[in-house]
Amino acid sequence: MGRVNLIQVKEGILEENTRQAGAIRDRLRRRGTFLLNLMSSPGAGKTSLILETVRALAGSWRMGVIEADIDSSLDAERVAEAGVRATQLGTGGLCHLDASMVAQGLSALGEEDLDLIILENVGNLVCPAEFDTGAHTSAMILSLPEGEDKPRKYPLMFSTSQALVINKTDYMALEEFDIEAVRESVRKLNPDMGVFPLSCRSGEGLADWTGWLERCLREQNRAGSAE
Amino acid sequence: MHELSVMQGILEVVLRHAANNGVSGVEAVNLQVGSLSHLREEWMQKYFHHLAAGTVAEGAVLRVQRVPAVICCRECGRKYEWQARTGPSCPSCASERGDLVSGREYTVASLEAV
Repeated sequence: MGRVNLIQVKEGILEENTRQAGAIRDRLRRRGTFLLNLMSSPGAGKTSLILETVRALAGSWRMGVIEADIDSSLDAERVAEAGVRATQLGTGGLCHLDASMVAQGLSALGEEDLDLIILENVGNLVCPAEFDTGAHTSAMILSLPEGEDKPRKYPLMFSTSQALVINKTDYMALEEFDIEAVRESVRKLNPDMGVFPLSCRSGEGLADWTGWLERCLREQNRAGSAE
Repeated sequence: MHELSVMQGILEVVLRHAANNGVSGVEAVNLQVGSLSHLREEWMQKYFHHLAAGTVAEGAVLRVQRVPAVICCRECGRKYEWQARTGPSCPSCASERGDLVSGREYTVASLEAV
């Protein structure tokens, strides 16, 4: 046996992803394009929220969608039917998107002439929170049937998102769900988080969400034209 | 969960430094993992073992040191440890606003190699 040497390395594996994510963010900002990373558990309503959002904003903004559902183009087809440019990323069972996958999605979609690109992340409340996608803002959805304890169970997800959509408020009559308790635990975890209770089914509350998103888009447009 | 992609990233760093230093075998990898990571040490070792088969890092032991989640207060600049059960709250000024300065990392600190 030879002598064992200690080799100092001090190299992280997230740095390269963070660097790539920063490059995506800067490039899109210069174009005036806003990239929104949308995360939630499976079934919370990511695709429904995207469909309702693009329907509401289609007259005013140019939009594209990058879908990352696991090995299925069903969501991308539904979005394309709504008249929006869409591409499907084959994530092959991966549990999250990282910046290199987002870069692939952007080149497949074509990032020219868009005001808003929505990234539908993989349905999962754990892994997507750990990786910077290059988005300007991350939003997450909590749907009523999932229960109000989620901020305590998934603190990283609730800490790294800037907006929380509480979807399926039309279930309120059926479910025991204390929306004020969610607001309180979110306020303790992430005081700057915007909270938007809504129902994609009835349309109630959607205007608050799209209004917030449009303010983000106007700001990004100004930042892009100021370059 | 993303054990496989994280461990693949770690193995790439290990192999690059092993090659740069001309080592013939890596015996141990000293890793620093943020306390906010959900990855368990036992599973990290299993995935690493699987991925490293046939490389100079085959059979290497992972030694995982957890790095506490630390928040830097936006109001007074104090750095304090965050347990992530409730939101940040500065022990000096009670501000709930702060930025995470550590706790999410996966860093290869050093290699023990022959």
